[in-house]
Amino acid sequence: MTARSIRGTATAILAGAVALTAAACTNPGSTAGASGGPKDSAVVGVAYEPETLSPLLGYGKDGNSKIFDGLLAFDADMKLRPALAVKLPHITADGLTYTYTLRDDVTFSDGTPFTSKDVVFTYRTILDPKTNNASRTELDAIKKIEPVGDDTVVFTLKYPYAPFAERTVQAIAPEHVAAKQDVNTGAFTTKPIGTGPYVLTGWSKGEKLTFKANPTYWDGAPPVKKLTMAVVKDDDVRATRLRAGDLDGAILPPNLAAGFEGDKAKKTYAAKTYDYRTVTLPTHNKVAGDTAVRRALDIAVDRQAMVDKILEGAGKPAYGPVPTDSPWFAKGTERRHDLAGARKILDEAGWKPGPDGVRVKNGVRAEFPLWYLSGDKLRQDHALAYASDAKKAGIDITTQAGTWEVIEPRMKTDAVLAGGGSPGDPDFDQYLLLKSSLAGDGFNNMAWYDNRTVDKALDDGRRTNDPARRKAAYDTVQRELAKNPGYTFLTHIDHLYVVDDSWDGLNTQIEPHDHGLASGPWWNVESWKPKKSTGEAKK
Amino acid sequence: MTRRLPWGAMARMTGRRALAAVPVLLAVTFAVFAVAAASPFDPVKAYAGTAGLTASQENLDQLRANLGADQPLLTRWWDWLTAAVTGDLGDSSVMRRPVAEVITERLGWSVLLAATAFLIAIVLGTVLGVLAGRRRGGLLDRAVSSAAYTLEAAPAFWLGLLAIWFFALKLGVLPAGGLTDTASDTVTADQVARHLVLPALVLGISQLPWFFLYVRQGVGDALGEDPVRGARARGLSRRTVLTGHALRSGMLPMLTLVGSRVPELITGALLVETVFSWPGIAAATVQAATSVDFPLLAALTVLATAAVLLGNLLSDLLYGLADPRVGFDG
Repeated sequence: MTARSIRGTATAILAGAVALTAAACTNPGSTAGASGGPKDSAVVGVAYEPETLSPLLGYGKDGNSKIFDGLLAFDADMKLRPALAVKLPHITADGLTYTYTLRDDVTFSDGTPFTSKDVVFTYRTILDPKTNNASRTELDAIKKIEPVGDDTVVFTLKYPYAPFAERTVQAIAPEHVAAKQDVNTGAFTTKPIGTGPYVLTGWSKGEKLTFKANPTYWDGAPPVKKLTMAVVKDDDVRATRLRAGDLDGAILPPNLAAGFEGDKAKKTYAAKTYDYRTVTLPTHNKVAGDTAVRRALDIAVDRQAMVDKILEGAGKPAYGPVPTDSPWFAKGTERRHDLAGARKILDEAGWKPGPDGVRVKNGVRAEFPLWYLSGDKLRQDHALAYASDAKKAGIDITTQAGTWEVIEPRMKTDAVLAGGGSPGDPDFDQYLLLKSSLAGDGFNNMAWYDNRTVDKALDDGRRTNDPARRKAAYDTVQRELAKNPGYTFLTHIDHLYVVDDSWDGLNTQIEPHDHGLASGPWWNVESWKPKKSTGEAKK
Repeated sequence: MTRRLPWGAMARMTGRRALAAVPVLLAVTFAVFAVAAASPFDPVKAYAGTAGLTASQENLDQLRANLGADQPLLTRWWDWLTAAVTGDLGDSSVMRRPVAEVITERLGWSVLLAATAFLIAIVLGTVLGVLAGRRRGGLLDRAVSSAAYTLEAAPAFWLGLLAIWFFALKLGVLPAGGLTDTASDTVTADQVARHLVLPALVLGISQLPWFFLYVRQGVGDALGEDPVRGARARGLSRRTVLTGHALRSGMLPMLTLVGSRVPELITGALLVETVFSWPGIAAATVQAATSVDFPLLAALTVLATAAVLLGNLLSDLLYGLADPRVGFDG
């Protein structure tokens, strides 16, 4: 190499780099295709990625998977409607036998017909202890499941379990594919085959999932032909990519969603949810376990201020796991913000203010720690507001951040800022949250709540199918919670989504705590209709 | 070069190094298992994800047994090791797939990224280094040197964020992340090339200062050495002196550098892949570590260790070839 050729090489490299950059400029964001005819593809940004796409490992257990169908499905108001079954199940009078008649015109996306064998296989595999399904407990009521011919399935339960039909929104896997491989690690976990409106075409972990419409879907081929779910964990990046046109829609926190208010081309959807934030008041803590302290905290806390300040209005005060606008809510159990009342309760119970303003009773200082998940801004804000409200009543709460690994061993005695909520049936949340026999069982009944009246009402509520009796049982639970609150429920949180205004048929479903892929306006993307573009309508 | 290559000596050195690698790899994998077992993260919680928050204790215990997470450290390591020797790398709990599949699917993208970045760093570093070393104290030298020192202090992920901000957000000319366009579900060469530009440039440029500074120093020193001065005194042209004498001895330190930069390249790739959501092996490493995914973590560590050992072997071989006085582990 000569000096000149070195110089030449350098120039060439520089030129090459410039050319490369220039080439990259030629088609920036070529996929946006914003103007023109009606859109038949949608790109949405989601914050979470599923751990697996196998129904056998827990995907689609709450229904509404794009790739799979359950026997039943929820509509926008969380009412059950038939999906793979032709109608709602026939339930025997004792509530122990559920019979489903199946559609006979359904095929999996590989062309194989769907039959009762697939249903039986799916449920039996989930119930097998060798299957690594962390939600198996939800199907605990099943004693056995039998096929009757190709088109009927009979479930027999161990005990009458009223919300069982709500559990059969569970996605159904094809036996002829999934039975041939390792259920925990086989290819089916990442390359699923289902009966659903969309077929998975690619899953680049940590980046995106891509789907195409299933042309032979039994409920009619979806007009939105292509669907991409981009996994963007960071809120700001999601908002930026939405603005740049890279995404057609995304879930956003309230402050970022507000930035799109003036944008005529986009619409904001606020999904009503069962997603609550609550403070556990553990029975094993001398202070938090005292009923007077619990009742005082319950009215000392200013829930409306939390909704206004922390959620910027996108939510509502919570008095229990059931949202106030749910038909299951017991009217009259709302608690007014009443600081004077809280002080009075504490005074009467013998909690007298000490020299530093913190109350003391029999030498016990009214103080306890409150843990929240580190990195979760929303929980942190709730915890700080709660501690500040409690301080005004003379209760000293120290907030501390930690990971679940740190928090879990302390849950028996320390308070935790917890979140949860699943719509569908009042049993789903309340039984796990309040049943005394579940105290300390994993993350169930974290507060070690122990109330005989509640225990009985919870059992009554799940063992009868009579709506009036069920309503009465859950009313009892909520009234007991007002008398002896084992938790201070703070807010129910709306989930906000910003979406391009280029489709008809968008709405949102009542959403659970975790925002899975099925949450958001795209819960029913299969029934979106592209808007006719103004001006020249192509095609 | 007409000299015949000393194949025998080279093979002997490779063999010795391969033997020495065995205990090193064993120790490294055991360390991975020990550190992961001592970490406060719970593999069962990580596996269950959000479902774990409503799962019963019985359900979680069953999961623990299924995943083998209830076994003592030594048993788990031995089971993994004996299976790995027979070619079975186990199943990744975080990816829900066999480890071998996860690695083969992702390794290629990481190699593409790292190789491109390495090439950028070596070529640009050498060219700039020669130009700067040839006339030390000149305008080019001063400009590039100070830039290099600044870059040396800048972490790769910060450069990455800066690049995204400038090229993707401000100018809008390059994609901010991913392997392909968001809406696309096929991997095409031109899309990958476009998406490769930013991460490869960032990773390459973060490695560039070391090559540049070494070459600059080497060439500069060599130009001042007796043989070079002698050659110049004999009336040989500048160009001949530079390429025939200075460059050859000046480039020697860089060969060592090629090997020793491999670990840096791997950790750099780790951060860059995460920043640019590049679906390579590094992104999986981060996930494996936080989820205490033993089989995946152990396999990846073996890979990384092997890469470092290979890098060192390669640079020693090259060095021995370039300067026969050094020899091969002599």
